Amino acid sequence: MPDATTTLGGIGHSVKRKEDPRFLRGLGKYIDDVKLPGMLFMDIVRSPHAHARILSIDSSEALKVPGVVAVVTGKELEAAGLHWMPTLMSDTQMVLPTDRVCYQSQEVACVLAEDRYAAADGAAAVQVEYEALPPILDPIKALEPDAPLVRPDKDKKSNHIWHWEVGDREATQRAFDASDVVVAQDIYIPRIHVASIETCGCVASMDRVSGKLTVWMTTQAPHAIRTVFSLVSKIPEHKIRVISPDIGGGFGGKVPVYPGYVCAVVAALVTGRPVKWIEDRSENLQADSFARDYHIHAELAADNNGKMQGLRIKTIADHGYADAAANPSKFPAGLFSICTGSYDMPNAHVEVDGVYTNKPPGGIAYRCSFRVTEAVHTIERMVDSLALKLNMDPAELRSKNFIHPEQFPYRSALGWEYDSGNYQAALDKAKAMIGYDDLRREQVEKRARGELMGIGISTFTEIVGAGPSHTFDILGIKMFDSAEIRVHPTGSAIVRIGVQTQGQGHETTFAQIVAEELGLPVDNIEVEHGDTDTAPYGLGTYASRSTPTAGAATAMAARKIREKAMHLAAHLLEVSVDDLEWKDYQFQVRGAPERFKTMADLAFAAYTNHPQGMEAGLEAVCYYDPPNLTFPFGAYIAVVDIDRGTGEVKVRRFVAVDDCGTVINPMIVEGQVHGGLTMGLAPALYEQIWYDEAGNIHGGTLMDYLVPTAMETPRWETDRTVTPSPHHPLGAKGVGESATVGAPPAIVNAVVDALSHLEVTHLDIPITPPRLWRLLQEKGVAL
Amino acid sequence: MATEPAARIQISVSVNGEQRVAEVDARLLLVHFLRETLNLTGTHIGCDTSNCGACTVLLDGQAVKSCTVLAVQADGANVETVEGLEQNGQLHPLQEGFLNEHGLQCGFCTPGMLMTAKALVEANPAPSEQEIRRGISGNLCRCTGYVNIVKAIQYGAAKMREGAGVSTQEATHA
Repeated sequence: MPDATTTLGGIGHSVKRKEDPRFLRGLGKYIDDVKLPGMLFMDIVRSPHAHARILSIDSSEALKVPGVVAVVTGKELEAAGLHWMPTLMSDTQMVLPTDRVCYQSQEVACVLAEDRYAAADGAAAVQVEYEALPPILDPIKALEPDAPLVRPDKDKKSNHIWHWEVGDREATQRAFDASDVVVAQDIYIPRIHVASIETCGCVASMDRVSGKLTVWMTTQAPHAIRTVFSLVSKIPEHKIRVISPDIGGGFGGKVPVYPGYVCAVVAALVTGRPVKWIEDRSENLQADSFARDYHIHAELAADNNGKMQGLRIKTIADHGYADAAANPSKFPAGLFSICTGSYDMPNAHVEVDGVYTNKPPGGIAYRCSFRVTEAVHTIERMVDSLALKLNMDPAELRSKNFIHPEQFPYRSALGWEYDSGNYQAALDKAKAMIGYDDLRREQVEKRARGELMGIGISTFTEIVGAGPSHTFDILGIKMFDSAEIRVHPTGSAIVRIGVQTQGQGHETTFAQIVAEELGLPVDNIEVEHGDTDTAPYGLGTYASRSTPTAGAATAMAARKIREKAMHLAAHLLEVSVDDLEWKDYQFQVRGAPERFKTMADLAFAAYTNHPQGMEAGLEAVCYYDPPNLTFPFGAYIAVVDIDRGTGEVKVRRFVAVDDCGTVINPMIVEGQVHGGLTMGLAPALYEQIWYDEAGNIHGGTLMDYLVPTAMETPRWETDRTVTPSPHHPLGAKGVGESATVGAPPAIVNAVVDALSHLEVTHLDIPITPPRLWRLLQEKGVAL
Repeated sequence: MATEPAARIQISVSVNGEQRVAEVDARLLLVHFLRETLNLTGTHIGCDTSNCGACTVLLDGQAVKSCTVLAVQADGANVETVEGLEQNGQLHPLQEGFLNEHGLQCGFCTPGMLMTAKALVEANPAPSEQEIRRGISGNLCRCTGYVNIVKAIQYGAAKMREGAGVSTQEATHA
């Protein structure tokens, strides 16, 4: 039956998305589309200062604004013990301040009004008197003994938050001592913002009769949020319902609990009316948690043949005024220790120090698994530095150091067990697609004519899909994930999952998993998620964990159903289960394939004709604890041309060969890679948030935070290799973030390559035209 | 200082072919008129600086960012939103293009993209890739990397050309 799987829409098929019909008609239900009778609108008063004492807050004029109902300040929250809240990293952050502000645009007070215009008028009318304090913005200077203290509330009177290290310091030192060549580089990976097109927001509503709080919320992790809300507010967990509606992009920015959410919930409790809070874009860019901000010093040691001997990294991590990073509890620097990359690195040692500064909290992801982008950028830049130093082709140097397929499972020097990989195959494919050797010849010719053209490679390895639960938890909640499948009597099914889509297409791909496992058509399978009252408990969608964890749970739950269905088939066919085989998506009697039962037959029997002693119904739930993480990888090659007149980098071609193991929906995987590549291009060339010495944010609106448009974005060229994960039930690894992780160093390496004959060995990102034009001037090659 | 209550003005706007009359605050933005007053929530808000294009609608056939137009400025005009694209249960060729070419992921920028694309293709029935890219450069998408949006618009444009002769114009109210 060659067409069976096509008809079903099972694994490997480019099934059109089930989500799209509502989105295309403008009928999605995003947070700002939620409207309740009597709903108030909340706006937030924010600090113009990066560091200041609050002398007074005067709400009297605001309360005179027509439509304004209430103003909430830190004082009111303090009375309820809610002016501070825990962060995901067991630090604390203010909900609303009582005495001081620690970053520009920090929340200072909330105004509740009958509509959003009145709320904004009210916020503008709140008078706050500040006494400015000296801010500290540079994390290196923040570590100096006389630096202003960002967190005087802490017992530790220092801006140093934590020190974390991994690897063997002495063995790495010995490897460096014995090596022929060492390259060293300072690399700054600047603060950036995910800038999902939908900002954050919520609608909080307390039912006074039932005492139940319902919060519609732009969250990537509704279940964990419910638990945190319950623990902090002491409202019993069954009296809290968190609904994550359609989400207009997450990318990590919708994992944390922001003060605005908490204020809206408190306001709903205080006023007894539903409260809506929707961020403006500028608030979103200026006050929500940020990604990156790593000041890295890296050293790579090798022998004269280019065989790597050791990697050593020291990093200062700027966390802003609170460590509100969204990392698993035991990993303050996330999974930065994947920094040995795709290479057989015998020795490594990594140190990271977290530091407070007068900025909003940092340390969330920007479409990447916990700090994996920082790790990949570092190693992929260092490999190119080494290639330059040894005058070796960067592709050849990579090939020389790859972990070979037969070395898997591979234990890295920093403790990870890589599940599977075939790095050379991916690189060979990328080189063939782009015509690597021809490009090198073209580059020689162009260079002779004074034209600046570069070719950059990135052969990255990711680490995604957290758990396993023995190592990974968020605030103590283990990082498993879940699925619940219920097959209805007539052979259709509902699947509820513990993860939450934000555009990844879960409603389609998870249905495909069930279609494949149960032999039911994908059109007859409905996927629900995001409602804590109905979906099984899960940790949510981030760090490319949905397919590795909940995808596995879905397959395993389906297999439990198939197991029960087999007993039903034996009953109906009057044979022993041993006489049955699951073949062509149905149970057949071995040797007599004309005697069979489909899943639809068996579903009907489960409710109408099940054997005595067997429970009726056909459903299953699985809480899946992955035995390991998954390690997707890829080989990317970028070709850039540099305009000597403007300093503009033009990405002429970009080939991305990804390997995410088994592919559930090729169309969706390709779409994920396209988007990820664009979010890799963005920080490489355009996006940066920076602060001047007074603590003013730059890049705090879409006027000056340059999200790439269709004009800057190249026509991405993609392909795949398939190396299944040996431990995932489907062999799948996750793909949503690979390209964001892998793309930046390919682009930077290409730009450095274009300028390498001018003694350029490194460029920090973003490589903006002004920055590059000044360099071209210095080198005497600007037009 | 408390502000004076805004003046209220009666406006009459044709929205997706239906005449809508309402008394609105003078300062009410067109996007809020659509979303809040008319409950047409398909038009989204993604920024506060007219950069993202999520709120794009057609005003007398021209793509505008409805966060930067006052509702009173639309008085007497013909407004088209994403909700008006589907006709008689039939998706618009551009909607079909986005579905078939996987031109959307989270869907938040999609209504604005569709409306920009509609204005673009109506003005230029056979746009080149570069013309499409330029045409949608006022609309930001964070999910798709634009490649499939370009293909979706090409698909829609081709289908609209095939269907030429059958008018795709909305009925307008003079």
